[in-house]
Parts: sequence; C-alpha cells; structure tokens
Amino acid sequence: MTQRAAIVLNLNGVDHAISVEPRRTLADAIRDDCGLTGTHIGCEHGVCGACTIIVAGEAVRSCLMFAVQADGKRIRTVEGLADGEQLHPLQEAFIAHHALQCGFCTPGFLMLSLHALERDPDLGDEELLDLLASNLCRCTGYQNIVKAVRGAAAVMRAGVVR
Amino acid sequence: MKPAPFQYHAPRSLQEAVAILAQVAPADGRVLAGGQSLVPIMAFRLARPSHLVDINGIEALARLAVENGKLCIGACVRHAAFERPVVEGPLGRLLAMVVRHIAHSPIRARGTFCGSIAHADPASEWCALVAALDGEIVATSVRGARVIAAGQFFAGIMATALAEDEVLTEVRLPLLAPDTRCGFYEFNRRAGDFALAMAVVHFRLVEGRMFKPRVAIGGAETHPRRVAAAEAALAANAPSPRVFADAAARAARDVEPLEDAQTNAQYRRELVVAVTRRALEAAL
Ligand SMILES: Cc1cc2nc3c(=O)[nH]c(=O)nc-3n(C[C@H](O)[C@H](O)[C@H](O)COP(=O)(O)OP(=O)(O)OC[C@H]3O[C@@H](n4cnc5c(N)ncnc54)[C@H](O)[C@@H]3O)c2cc1C
Ligand code: FES
Ligand code: FES
Repeated sequence: MTQRAAIVLNLNGVDHAISVEPRRTLADAIRDDCGLTGTHIGCEHGVCGACTIIVAGEAVRSCLMFAVQADGKRIRTVEGLADGEQLHPLQEAFIAHHALQCGFCTPGFLMLSLHALERDPDLGDEELLDLLASNLCRCTGYQNIVKAVRGAAAVMRAGVVR
Repeated sequence: MKPAPFQYHAPRSLQEAVAILAQVAPADGRVLAGGQSLVPIMAFRLARPSHLVDINGIEALARLAVENGKLCIGACVRHAAFERPVVEGPLGRLLAMVVRHIAHSPIRARGTFCGSIAHADPASEWCALVAALDGEIVATSVRGARVIAAGQFFAGIMATALAEDEVLTEVRLPLLAPDTRCGFYEFNRRAGDFALAMAVVHFRLVEGRMFKPRVAIGGAETHPRRVAAAEAALAANAPSPRVFADAAARAARDVEPLEDAQTNAQYRRELVVAVTRRALEAAL
C-alpha cells in the first residue's frame, strides 16, 4: 500500500492539483505531473543546481524537496520569467552576452540570479561570484554568465523591472 | 537516483512529532529537517527510511533567541539565518563568518543548523563550532528532554549520542565576552565543498596573554573536537608566530587523521598545521 497525497502546486500563479507519492521530488512533480519541463534535472543530489527554482520566496534545489512539502506554496519556475513574447531582462542579458551554449544549466542560473537580484540589485562582484559558484555549467566557462547577470542587474536597477 | 517509498508525517507540534517518532523509529523512521543531507543519501539509496517525520511545520522549532547568556537555536533555524549577525558581539560575527563556508546559498536557504549537528558529518563547520564553544544539545523524546554537552555528543562519523526516537530540538551556544577573539579557517579544493580540515579558535587577551584558549579541529578526524594539547600551548602566553606554530604542531600530532584515496594521513596532518595557524592568525 503506497501512500499517495493530493496536493496543489501553485506554479507561476497557476494551481496544479496532482496526486503524488511522498517520495516524489518537487523537481519530478513539476516536470512529470505538471508538465513544466523548463526546470532541469542534472544530478538529483543537490550538487549541480540545474533544478533551482523559487519556493515561497527562497531559491532552492527542487531535487532536494519533496513535492508534498511544497503543497500550497507559491512556486516560480523559468516558465514564469517572460511576459508573453517579452523576455525578462535576465533572459535578454543571457542572450546578449552568450551566457549559454547547450542551455542545460540555464534555467537554474536564471532562477538563482533572479532571486538574488530581486533581493539585492546592488549585489557586489564578490557576492555575485560566490552566488554563481552555487551552480555548475559544463559549457561556458562562467565568464559570460557573470557578465550577463551584471548586465541584467544594471537594467533591473534602472527600474526596467516588470 | 530516486528515493525509495516511505510514509510521510507532517506533525504541527513537537509533542505530536515525538509521539510519531517513538512509533516509527524502530522501523528506521527519521526526522526530515532541511533535507539537504538526507534527501541526497535517499536518492543514492544509502538510506531507505520507511517513515519521515517532517518537522518543518512546527513553528515552535523556528525559535532563535537569547536566554540566560546563551543563544538558543531551534531545530528549524536555517543556515541562511546566520549570514547576518544574529546577536551583537563576537558570537554573531563568528557565526556569520563560518556560515559562508557551508555549501551554497540555495542549500543554506533550506538546511538547518541543528540538522548539521544531528547529521554529524566529520567536515561539518557547525559541528566544529559547537565543539569549540562547548555548546549544549537538547534532545527531546516521549521520555522527556535532556541536555547533552558537545564533548559528549559527537561519537564518530555521522554518529552521535542522539537516540533514534529523539528529536534534536535546540542547540545552545554561550554568548562570548565582547573582547573575545575568534578565528576560523578551512581548506577545501573548491568553494562550497566539504573541507579537508578546519579549525575554529577563540581566546580572550588579558594583559596581553591568552586566557581560556579554545582550539577545535574539524574535517580531519571522525568527528570534530577540542584539542587540549593545542590549547595548553596557548594558555597564558602572549600571541606570537612561535606560540601559534607550536600550538598548530601539537594539534597536528594529536589528531588521528581520516584517510581516503586523495588524502593520506601525512597530508591531512600538514593541513591541520596550516588551518590551526591561520585560524589563530585570523583571530588576532
Ligand atoms: C551540494 C551540497 C554541499 C554541502 N556542503 C556542505 C558543507 O560544506 N558543510 C556542511 O556542513 N554541510 C554541507 N552540506 C550539508 C548541509 O549543510 C545540510 O543542510 C546539513 O548537513 C543537514 O541539515 P538538514 O537540515 O538539511 O538535515 P536533513 O538532511 O533533513 O537531515 C540530516 C540527518 O539528520 C537527521 N536530523 C536532522 N534534523 C534533526 C533533528 N532536529 N532531530 C533529529 N534528527 C535530525 C535526519 O534524520 C537525517 O538523518 C551540503 C549539502 C549539499 C547538498
Ligand atoms: S538536479 Fe538538483 S542540484 Fe542537480
Ligand atoms: S550551457 Fe551547457 S551546461 Fe551551461
């Protein structure tokens, strides 16, 4: 007898009523039960950061939370960044600065940076490097990611934040 | 890479939590706190608990308060809470300095101080800090609450004095006198990784001499602990490069180093020399 729980995941403002086993990670539930595959899964043990999303105002590893723990909480994933066709300044900056190649790590870096810049758009260089060290990128060598986040920070500081 | 099935419990009170844990502990039921160590080991199937008792919904455990000269850290207080000093004076500054070395910001947003103590990884920064400060650990079960001294708590690699039906409800750290000097240093190969060796030190200067020096070493042995031989080398001496080098050498001689494929005992001892000396220098 496997226990199942009826829960509601509020993803980018939309409620998804699903039924999951308690062992279902939040990352798997978002992808497989809710169909939002923008959140990527790399390592499934907290090391790579590809699964980083924002839950109740905190950037977290969604592979290290169970979906039942996020029942009713406000969740933001990469799908919530753009406003229709209008990309978020962070997305624009990642394109402009060539901050991605294969793109596998990108959703995680976007949500990690979004959370940090919304909290403090004046993030210093040292703090920014420390923050971006949280996630792994196998392609870019990080320099362009750093440039992109700095660029987006400037735009967001100028008040172009939506 | 997916956790094995388990039954999930989300108690709203401590009383409820310890009652459930008492029932499920014999069947490898466990507490789920931040999940930042437990979920990875479940994903690897190194742990297959049949029940998880999630304590995140217990508001009383989010307590962070000063009481009787001690900072009381409840079981749901996250690492991130310490990124800015939580109390005035040296203790708040020491906690803020050390927390920056624990994992990465998204992990610090979930992982708990007390979870680190219960998990007792040999390289846990908080465990070394609790050893250096002679902290107290409060363990609660249906049988009541007991207080365990740090020196009696850590028992080996991920082994502690906690019984399987006990919830670690609180850690208490003594506030440090305003003139206490504190230092921390760790060595690891990449930022955010578990350290290969670390030292937490503190002392007061009375008429230019070190008073009540404390030296705790972490990451080098099965569990962190104070090293009396190093402390004795400092006590009643004025700080100097020679005295610091002597204390560091004694710490290194005293440890029984953990070994692994990349780290032999000699290398680990040399790291202990370096981290002890650098932590002492940082304290000045
Ligand atoms: C990529 C990565 C890097 C990391 N780097 C570091 C690092 O550099 N330094 C470091 O110290 N840690 C590091 N961690 C681990 C992190 O600090 C964890 O948060 C911590 O070890 C455990 O705390 P938790 O609240 O997440 O506990 P959980 O993962 O929920 O639990 C861990 C264990 O402790 C038990 N437990 C937890 N709380 C209690 C309680 N209140 N009462 C009884 N039992 C309890 C659980 O049953 C479980 O067995 C890292 C983790 C990851 C994923
Ligand atoms: S998939 Fe979550 S951190 Fe790698
Ligand atoms: S762009 Fe390929 S992993 Fe980062």
